[in-house]
Order: sequence, then C-alpha cells, then structure tokens
Amino acid sequence: MSTDLNTALLNDDVANPVEPFLRTDRMPHIWCPGCGIGTTVNCFARALIESKVDLQSLALVSGIGCTGRVAGYVALDSFHTTHGRAIPFATGLKLANPKLNVVVYSGDGDLAAIGGNHLIHAARRNIDLKVICVNNLIYAMTGGQTAPTTPDHATTSTNPYGTFEPSFNLPHLVEAAGAVYVARWTTFHVRQLARAIGEAFHKKGFSFIEVISPCPTLYQRRNKLGDGLDTMKYYKAKSKVRNGAPTSDVGLTISGEIIVGKFVDRDRPDYQNLMHAQYVDSLGDRFVEPMEAEAVCS
Amino acid sequence: MKADPRGVLTGEHFIDGDHACCEGALAAGARFAAGYPITPSTEVVERFAARVPTVGGTFIQMEDELAASITLQGAVWGGAKAFTVTSGPGFSLMMEHIGYAAMTETPCVFVDVQRGGPSTGLPTLPAQADMMQARWGSHGDYAVIALCPNSPQECFDLTIKAFNLAEEFRVPVMFMMDEVVGHMTEKVVIPPADQIEVTPRKHTKKSVEEFEPYNTNGDMVPEIAHAGEGYKFHVTGLTHDERGYPNMTPQTQDRLVRRLQNKITSAADRIAMFEEADLNDADVVVVSYGITSRVAQRAIDTAREQGLKVGKLRLITAWPFPEKKIRELAGRVKAFVVPELNLGQMALEVERAAGGQAKTFSLTHAGGSVHHPEDILKVIVEASR
Repeated sequence: MSTDLNTALLNDDVANPVEPFLRTDRMPHIWCPGCGIGTTVNCFARALIESKVDLQSLALVSGIGCTGRVAGYVALDSFHTTHGRAIPFATGLKLANPKLNVVVYSGDGDLAAIGGNHLIHAARRNIDLKVICVNNLIYAMTGGQTAPTTPDHATTSTNPYGTFEPSFNLPHLVEAAGAVYVARWTTFHVRQLARAIGEAFHKKGFSFIEVISPCPTLYQRRNKLGDGLDTMKYYKAKSKVRNGAPTSDVGLTISGEIIVGKFVDRDRPDYQNLMHAQYVDSLGDRFVEPMEAEAVCS
Repeated sequence: MKADPRGVLTGEHFIDGDHACCEGALAAGARFAAGYPITPSTEVVERFAARVPTVGGTFIQMEDELAASITLQGAVWGGAKAFTVTSGPGFSLMMEHIGYAAMTETPCVFVDVQRGGPSTGLPTLPAQADMMQARWGSHGDYAVIALCPNSPQECFDLTIKAFNLAEEFRVPVMFMMDEVVGHMTEKVVIPPADQIEVTPRKHTKKSVEEFEPYNTNGDMVPEIAHAGEGYKFHVTGLTHDERGYPNMTPQTQDRLVRRLQNKITSAADRIAMFEEADLNDADVVVVSYGITSRVAQRAIDTAREQGLKVGKLRLITAWPFPEKKIRELAGRVKAFVVPELNLGQMALEVERAAGGQAKTFSLTHAGGSVHHPEDILKVIVEASR
C-alpha cells in the first residue's frame, strides 16, 4: 500500500464512498477474514450510487445465516426475518406498498433449501423483487454443513466422507420457474456484479443474481482449497464469462470452471400488473385501487 | 378513528361465522390477507378475495402457511392492516411467525377456525383443542391476546376488536373460532361505518433523527414507522435493543422479553371480556367459550329450572386469562364446571386461578361434535352437592 493511500485512509476527511449506505455504528461486522459477503455489500452500495436508486423507497429483506446479517448493516429500511422466509416477507412488503423497491439479500441455504418453495413460487408469480443470493456452497453460520448447493464430493461437517447428493444449479432453477433476469458473478467480479445489481434495479419482475463467494473458514479450509486469496485466484483462473449461456450448462463442480455472466434478460408482466389487469377486466368500474398505506394511521 | 365506509357492508345479513369474520376484518380496515386453503376456515379468505378488489386492497394465496404467516407481516410493515386465516395443521405451521410477530411487535391477526386434531385429525368437524397452542405454541416467552366468538355476530364484532387490540398493543391477536361457529349461519347486523370505532396504528410522529423503533419512551408499547417513510429502521427477530439492533446480552434479553410479556399481562383486566349471568347467588359457575358456551346455556337453564344455583361465565378473552375474575369467584362459590371440546385445556387455567378455593370439574370432549347438554347438567348437579 502506498504511503499516499495510507495517509488518505487515515485522514477523516476522506470518506469511503459506500459509508453513507452502511450502519457504521454497527461495525465491526461479524464476517470472517476472507469472507466474500462484505465484498458483495460493497458492490451493492456501489450499484446504489451508480444507478441513483431512491434510497428512501428502498427496503432490504434478509433471512437467516451469514448473508442474512446484511440487513443489519445497511442504512436502509431493513428486515431480518426468519429462516427461509425473506421472499414471502418481501412479497407482502411489495404488495402492500408497490412504490417500494424491495431487495432480498440472503444466502444459498436460506433461499434454496428452507426457502426453496418460496423462491420458485415468487419467480413463477414474477413478483417484482431483486434477489441477491450469496452462494458460499455451505451452511456457514451453523458451522459448515452440507447445503443444496454444495458441489459433488466436497467435505462438510455433515458429510465428513464427502457429499454425494446432487446439488442445485440455481440459475437453471429460477429460469425454469420464471425469473426475468438471471445473472451469476463471483466476488472476484466486483465491477460486473455492481453493474448486474444496477441492471436488476431497472428491471421489473423477479430478478435473481447469484454471487459465488468464499467461506474460507468452513468450506475452503475443510476442502483444502486455500484461503480467501487463493479462492480469488481460483475465481480468476476458472471463471468464464458466457453471457446468454443456457442455464442448463452452468452447474458448479468443486474445482471446475465457473460460468459467469448474464444468462436471462426477458420481459413478462409482473404479478401486480397481471392482478391489476385481471381485476379491471373482470370488475370494470367496481374495481378499487389498493389504498395508500397512510390510511391506517389517524 | 371511525371505520373506512368502503369496507363496511352496513345492513342485516344472514351469513355464517367465516363470512362474518371476513366482514369484520374489512370493517376494521384490513386491506391485506395472505392465506392457504384449509378446511374449515377457507370461506373467510374466499370472501375476502371476492370483496377486497372492490374495497381497495390485496389478497394473495401463498404456497403454504409458513409463507402466508410472514407475507402478512411484510404487508404490515408496508403500511397495511393484515391477517391470515387457518385451521389446526396450518396453525401449527404458523407458530414460528407468531413468535416473529410477538418479537418484532408486528400488529396482526391470526384467525384459527378450530377442527379436531392432532395432525390432520377431523378436517370438517369442531374442536377447541388449539387453546393452549394459541398461548404457548411458539418457542420462547411471549404473550398474545386470544378471543373466542360464539356466534356469527360475534365473529363480526370481535374481529374488529381483534384488529383494534393488535394495533393498541402491537401484538399478534389469535382469533379462536371453531368449526361450528365458523359454519353456523345466523343474522349478523353490521352497523354504519360511523358507529364502528377503529384503533389507528401507533405511528410515530417523531423526526427521523429522534425515532428509535423499539424505544417505548416509558410506555409499554413502542411507536411504529413503515418502510419507505425515510426512517431507515431495522427490524430483527434477534434479541434487540431500543434502536432495533441485535444485542445478545442477558440484560437486553431480560428487558425485552419481560416487556413483551408485561405489556399484555399488565393490561389483562382491561383486555378481559366475558359474559356473566346469575353469579350473585351461584354455588356453581359454568365457565365456557365458543360453541360450547351455547350448549352449556341449555344445561344452565335446565339446572336453574330445577332450582340449582348455577351461574354463567363465558370467556370472550381467553388470553390473557381473566384470572382475577376467577379468583374473585373462587372465594364465594363451591365449584367451577368447565366444558370444552378438548381434554381439559382452559380448565387448567380455571383450576390454577381458583387456587384451591373452589373445585374445578373439567368436562372433556375430544371433538368431532359438541357436548350433550345432559352431560353438562349431570356435572352441574354433581358439583352442586
């Protein structure tokens, strides 16, 4: 690190540009050295800056787990819900106040295992949610158990002799269920990830961004895959950008190629548009627009 | 504040308890429901699905009860009054989110049209066996409010009350119907909107700088803000401090959990609703609720005709349990008779509150039908001796 940069960082006048998006009074965060979740939050904050999203109308919903803690660190209306249920909570929030821009920020175990049913149904309904799924291939918060995303033969605390269950290919799953925007990047691809999040903000409907992220403490270490830096080198060497790749081709293995890019970008009417059109068609003049939130207050 | 007239179907109706519950929710200002089909409760949301697009609101049928019970809470934080409706198996699935609503102080209503259990049990037949689950079903210490209607008219009136209590105390309110009350059709009178009192949300008037989402400012119940208003607040099911931030210390846990319980228990007398008759000279008091109270009425009338000094105490509020009333009666009556469609749940509370001063006769029934008035009468006679 250059002396100039050191001086700049120590100088209070030079603020990190993402700081206004964070609850700095909650720092330090709980994530381990080398963990990728903080990197994704940095990309998220940069996407907010670049896409000029109105922060007052932005709400963030998390489930449970390491990534579930993101809700607690962002300076936004933020909800840390129950395990697996971030998406249905976000669904209620969005439907009650359609002006809100609702982001679901959670991990692979939360979204794809215990919350898997809600993931596919929200994609099917095309609820206007931006889902950021940090996929560290493991249950990290609870100590490194097998997740539905853990690749073949990886060692985990609940598969000490290696996993043998086939894993989910999440982009393929959510595309099949109906998502309008599907992308995958790794925590090495910080610019591409920030750009993808920005794109999702301008997309109406169910958007899903998978971020492959290291868990050096529980996944990489147990599988002798090195530390956080080694993982960055792996991501750099083995990632292949293939925008528009068929999602059936993007499954992950323990040490193979990682196909990244924007896989799906399509348009179909979202849930609220469909609901509105159906009611207008069936009820005509009898249809009354959903009331504004303030009406419940005196 | 007065009810929004758009949701109030003023007039005389001949409808069942499920439909009356829906009308009560609309009159109370509920404009959001999330549900999952389950007998014998589905008629509530079927009517809501038909009515709400003409009133201004949203119904969504979710993929399961876990989803329904948290979707409604998202809607509350988005600014709606919201509820869900279910029966036994679905109620079991909702328990985690009843705990979340209690912990995050999300005002909302859970309607449980009780059927026979355990498990799939008796899908189309009545029971009152979820009474303890309504109080204790989610893990950890917390308190809720539970109301028990015994007629379609009360399904309307008390649903409004349930929403009002939910807002006043920022607590999930359990609306404990049973299959018979839910499917019973009777006259229901819906008054004009300007005669219906609706409790507004306890919304903060504080500035963004002043507002702390769980600071009660010396009160028992904090003020609330909605997403999108600029407060940038945090809500979590973790143990949290006044700022809403996770804080896992025994001190914060103690302060929070005791307040969640005390805000309800300290107001128990104010929340307590019951119907009483002939208690002044009573030797025996029949304590009942829901459909069983109507069967018990027949037994009480017959007993009175036979010259027995029998009084009636019908519980409208089941939780917090109106123990002060029971304790007061226990000092001057011989016995309580508690018929209920379960193997003795609220009878335990009566016995506890009586504290040995009067005997408690638990008159159990496993569900699927209702008691025969003769059976209740027999116990009244036995208790009068």
